Amino acid sequence: MPADTRTATAHDPSHDELRRLEAGLDSLQAVPETPRGAFRRTLDGVIPPILLLVGLVAAWQVYILIAKPRPDLIPGPVDVFGALVSAWNSDRLQLAVTTSLERGGLGFLIAVAIGTPIGLLLAECRPVRRALGPLLSGLQVLPSVAWVPAAIIWFGLSDATVYFVILMGAVPSIANGLVSGVDQIPPQLRRVGTVLGASRFEMATLVVLPAALPGYFSGLKQGWAFAWRSLMAAEIIVIGGNIGFGLGSMLHQSRELADLSGVLATILVILFVGILVELVIFAPIERRLLRRRGLMAAGLR
Amino acid sequence: MTVLTDVSVAQAPPALEPVAITIDSLGKRYGTGPLVLDNINLSIGAGQFVCLLGASGCGKSTLLNIIAGLEKPTEGAVTVASGKAAVMFQDAALFPWLTAGHNVELALKLRGVPRKDRRAGALELLDLVNLADAADKRPHELSGGMRQRVALARSLAQDRKVLLMDEPFAALDAITRDLLHEELERVWRQTGRTIVFVTHNVREAARLGQRILLMSSRPGRIVNEWTITDAGSRRIESPEVARLGDEITDQLREEIRRNAS
Repeated sequence: MPADTRTATAHDPSHDELRRLEAGLDSLQAVPETPRGAFRRTLDGVIPPILLLVGLVAAWQVYILIAKPRPDLIPGPVDVFGALVSAWNSDRLQLAVTTSLERGGLGFLIAVAIGTPIGLLLAECRPVRRALGPLLSGLQVLPSVAWVPAAIIWFGLSDATVYFVILMGAVPSIANGLVSGVDQIPPQLRRVGTVLGASRFEMATLVVLPAALPGYFSGLKQGWAFAWRSLMAAEIIVIGGNIGFGLGSMLHQSRELADLSGVLATILVILFVGILVELVIFAPIERRLLRRRGLMAAGLR
Repeated sequence: MTVLTDVSVAQAPPALEPVAITIDSLGKRYGTGPLVLDNINLSIGAGQFVCLLGASGCGKSTLLNIIAGLEKPTEGAVTVASGKAAVMFQDAALFPWLTAGHNVELALKLRGVPRKDRRAGALELLDLVNLADAADKRPHELSGGMRQRVALARSLAQDRKVLLMDEPFAALDAITRDLLHEELERVWRQTGRTIVFVTHNVREAARLGQRILLMSSRPGRIVNEWTITDAGSRRIESPEVARLGDEITDQLREEIRRNAS
């Protein structure tokens, strides 16, 4: 049918007129977009938080200079920075960051691999959802640190304990994120899939999963946050055995030595790793995801 | 243009052309609720443009969904001679994560068109609705009328002989709707599809239909039908459309009044 369409339309003057009319209306109704360059966008995203950081550190230093508190109770920015440098020079900082990131990343990936099928099952199978849904929501509220004592008894002082706690923290969030993503799919999209003749498998892969992606992604983000928090808690509590040296262990060590500068420095490092993962990995993917679907407010572009 | 009024609807029209859709004593109720559709008998010829007209809640969308196979009839049977039908809804329901071109390509893919032919096929279909330039745009970048045209191209991509349309232009502004009437009529003449067009807009039905079926409400029955001998395109503001519209409106109001008591 489409093959002979063009030749048929080419000789029809009234069709040309309709074409021009439609083109005119289209351009009247189209919303002009004013794209900003990637550089400008990055600049807009990076400058405000850096300004705030500089301001906070300056205020902190001014307080130290004016109030002169006991340095072992309230260390200044210089002391904390010094602690960071000494941790770097003794290679403890690098070791702790890589160990923790490795555990967090691996644990998160395992959590994704487990949470995604559970979420799909929950979203598409009513009986499973009625049975397992409340339990999963409950697990999401339960602080995963609560599992640490049980995990130590089961797995001893090993990496398995740490991973177990990460999974208990991250899996419910990821599964629940996918469920809410699937729940928010407009029913019309599924109907279109049916009308277009999609099989069950095609419906799942070509319609349901891509449509649920924004919800799933925010579940992943939350899952990472839970994984990172659980990891830190586990590392602070589980010390010794054949467990490696992570950021939590470093925090614990500094506390044992009553080294407040070291404690604060470690807290800052944990915070920055969290921010960095959000800024470097999650934020760009999420921005892209939402912008492509027109779900992003104009001001945030 | 001549208007023939034929109240004895139960009879099939003279079968000069092959029949595309046959509906045989169709009834529908939801659960134990009241009858939604009652004893619908209908035969739609291939290539016909049929408008299904009725007040809100008369079951016209239900009837369309049954023809589409999205709902099951309680009694009776529906036969679509060419197999399944393509459907277009009031909401364009384009997949927001795909560009206009990929939306059409997805329909081609689900139809089984090989990958290498899909891009060209999609562009050709988009060109048919004057949107070849918008192939790389995403649905949120298109206006409502453009989205509906992409949806039209997508339902044409299914390459089914029957196209079912459920108030596809109801949410559009009047200027856009007027243009889309012209567009749809042109596509219909070019592709020879059988179209069943559900609407509650009398003028729209009088503008587009070759055959207009008026439905009563609660239960939904087909109470009257008008056949318009096709003498080329007609404008929505033309006197014959107005005259036919007046006649249909009078009867539609009569049907609605009956529900007052």
